[in-house]
Amino acid sequence: MDTSLSPIQTSEFGPAQARHLLLRAGFGGGPTEINQLAEAGPDKAVRQMLEASSSDNSAADIDPDVIRPPTREEREAFVKARRDNDEAARSEARRIINERRAQDRRMLGDLRRWWVGLMIETDAPLRENLVLLWHSHFASRHRNVRDTYLMYQQNQMFREHAAGSFAELAKAVVHDPAMLKFLNNDQNNKRKPNENLAREFMELFTLGEGNYAEKDIKQGARALTGYHVDDNDFEFNERRHDGSKKTVLGETGQFDGDDFVDVLLDQPACPRYIALKLYRYFVADVSDHLDEVPGENKAVVQRIAVMLRKNDYQITPVLEVLLKSRHFYDPEVVGRKIKSPAQLVIGTTRTLGTPTRSLGTLSDGMRTMGQDLFDPPSVAGWDGGRNWINTSTLFTRQNVCTYLITGKDPRKKNWNRKQTNYDPMPLLAGVESREPKPVVDHLVDLMLGSHTPAERREPLYSFMRGRDKGVTPDSVIALLTLISAMPEYQLC
Amino acid sequence: MSDSNAYTRRQFLHSGLAMVSTVSSVPIFLSRSSSVMAQTAGPLPSNPGVPEDRVLVVVQLSGGNDGLNTVIPFGKDNYYKNRAGIAVRESDLITLDTNEGIGLHPSLRPIHEMIGNGLGTVVQGVGYPNPIRSHFASMDVWHTGETLTSKGHGWIGKAMDTTHGDTDTSLACISLGAEAPQATQGKHVKPVTFDRPEMFRWSGRDLHPALNETYDQINQQQEPLPQNDPAGFILRTAMDAQVASDRVRKAVNQSALTSFPGNSLARQLKMIAAMVRAELPTRVFYVAMGGFDTHANQANQHARLLDEFATSMDAFYKELKATGHQERVLTVAFSEFGRRVKQNASGGTDHGTAGPMFLFGPQVKPGLVGKHPSLSRLDDGDLIHHTDFRSVYASVLDNWMKIDSVAALGKPFKPADVLRV
Repeated sequence: MDTSLSPIQTSEFGPAQARHLLLRAGFGGGPTEINQLAEAGPDKAVRQMLEASSSDNSAADIDPDVIRPPTREEREAFVKARRDNDEAARSEARRIINERRAQDRRMLGDLRRWWVGLMIETDAPLRENLVLLWHSHFASRHRNVRDTYLMYQQNQMFREHAAGSFAELAKAVVHDPAMLKFLNNDQNNKRKPNENLAREFMELFTLGEGNYAEKDIKQGARALTGYHVDDNDFEFNERRHDGSKKTVLGETGQFDGDDFVDVLLDQPACPRYIALKLYRYFVADVSDHLDEVPGENKAVVQRIAVMLRKNDYQITPVLEVLLKSRHFYDPEVVGRKIKSPAQLVIGTTRTLGTPTRSLGTLSDGMRTMGQDLFDPPSVAGWDGGRNWINTSTLFTRQNVCTYLITGKDPRKKNWNRKQTNYDPMPLLAGVESREPKPVVDHLVDLMLGSHTPAERREPLYSFMRGRDKGVTPDSVIALLTLISAMPEYQLC
Repeated sequence: MSDSNAYTRRQFLHSGLAMVSTVSSVPIFLSRSSSVMAQTAGPLPSNPGVPEDRVLVVVQLSGGNDGLNTVIPFGKDNYYKNRAGIAVRESDLITLDTNEGIGLHPSLRPIHEMIGNGLGTVVQGVGYPNPIRSHFASMDVWHTGETLTSKGHGWIGKAMDTTHGDTDTSLACISLGAEAPQATQGKHVKPVTFDRPEMFRWSGRDLHPALNETYDQINQQQEPLPQNDPAGFILRTAMDAQVASDRVRKAVNQSALTSFPGNSLARQLKMIAAMVRAELPTRVFYVAMGGFDTHANQANQHARLLDEFATSMDAFYKELKATGHQERVLTVAFSEFGRRVKQNASGGTDHGTAGPMFLFGPQVKPGLVGKHPSLSRLDDGDLIHHTDFRSVYASVLDNWMKIDSVAALGKPFKPADVLRV
């Protein structure tokens, strides 16, 4: 394996490499985008992906006040009802709260559809890909936070810092209301510290297990006391904050939450931990324990860690090197990573130019595949890699691709051709011949990669040769559906 | 059952099945599968024969079942005082315990009969410390068995993980429904999940028959692939999925020997009975029934829900008995919380805390387990639990599944006294 981080030559960068870059850095692209990036060459192609990452921003229409603290009148009425044991009034108050929660859950559906739509439509796919990475890294769950607006606000915060500085991102996270609620830091106060946020910040967000002691968690929790939430905003509650001296990982001072984060960022374990995260997200499905990572990959991770440190945790310069590196385009890297549900679903529509169909069905499909946006399985985020694939999720993956290509609802048995509403023929622009073999080869190169061996193409050649009417929109749709059901299609 | 044999009955049947099927269309996969069988059939399991044949069925009653109107403390004045509009009259309910004054809702007559036949038990007052009244958060607690923070794996998943590596676990757990419950998610063992079995297959088959042949070709192994090859891993999973899909669909296509009611829980339990009968290598089945979030005008609605639950359970065990598999199946039914003692102003009830659990099967200690929670000593209007749900899990895992409950629950819980095994 080529483990060099020096840049790939322009002469070595063709459509296959451009396709790989689009798939890994973004969510894939069609023949036009692939050719455009291939012609631009590696420098411009990577710059283009990174620069788009800081361009536009989109806002969703999410009501900030569906979940809000009670007004003074409401609170007084509730206290009175409780004092008088007025069950009717208490019940009415609960009914109103339940109604708001139901409204909030509906809004969560809107938010999911909005983000899936944005990932499909955006001209900054690398930015959205990074937002998804940070969502999994600094994972919060709506089912605990129970406030869609806070989840949306957190999502926008990830977008703002997407390819910026990890250090600033980590600081923003200790000020983020959704995270503070999710990890109970709104209950962390001087008299009774709550260690949840401090613990996860070390274990999952910055250092990894084994790089701190229980006493560091206790001291860190004290630093984070008073980092509370006021409705939709961060609030520093000075009275609840423990301003006295703490010692965290050998450093001593009157630390607050921000200082605590600084101490963690200064640990040598931190850039290593984040480098491995980036490597696993963009390059290869290796273990999340550095000790278990094969030597060659580990050497690359360690060099990424050095770069992160040297660049003060700026993500852009590190990605620029990584996404242009010889290592990134090595045949042992290309086509060997399992697509996340987002990569699969968003990638299929972006690559094939299918209709978007129903965003709700797509986000439901992603949930069935194990990637429920805004509700990752735990604070540890999504495991990724082979964990995505089992006998159930594999059928769901295939069937959601069938849905995108043909319009056949994965939950219904019936289908008719009129539902398809998709013209696949533009994919064949530039393919001179309409003979089965060149058409199959072109689409296999697009969907599976040009590294796909001849024997895997054979069944597709015979399928296409067996069509009476030759290469027509119908037979091409059938072919795309078949390719999307190949094991290799789950890889990128 | 063949307790003294090195093979369990099912393993024997399966290895036989695999040998026979080597003539079918996926030869390499099946030769792999029979070699797995040969390995697993080798050493004697610690409890020969029995545990691998035992099946656990979990029935989730989603929404927060009103426990007080399910297992009814008619002997307590406070019951009638707090529930003037929705209380079940003493003359209508089925008395279970005359001394304590405990009865069952009239819809639960079939369950009462099951208890009489030694097939059912009610665990009273089940809950956990610092109860949460949010559906999702409380469901998470029941699913993960963790009340503080969870790392996302479920109690069944963690239990089944302990069997991973020794046996083929690809069909170890089947959940019926649109999405896999967190309870069944392990680090290694993941559930097979489908709503309708005809959907547990590649949907491209419905487009045009011409696609089938090519699909089968591209999802078939040409030559041995290295273990660490990701495409090989997916291909093997695809072949497992194909076999699982065929077996599941074949199993559920067999018609039942007895009749089932027409509701959705019964439809699902009927499929489970068929899969048990077909001796799939599945150890846990998971089903859910919704609708228990009865905030308004609950009386008729709740009666209907309990009727669906009771008649379905009854039909399920009648079918299992008819097919000769009753001894193999233990069922546990739970809800994420009970409801408040006092009814609300809309003739319904709001989210509360402790509630009853049900267990079914010939191995249960039939009757009532534990005391009914007090109706006078409440926590802000809510019942106080006295049995931690994890002690019921512990009993099910340690005594029925023969899986160390500490692996699933993180720490020891004293097994609740609910089983005769």
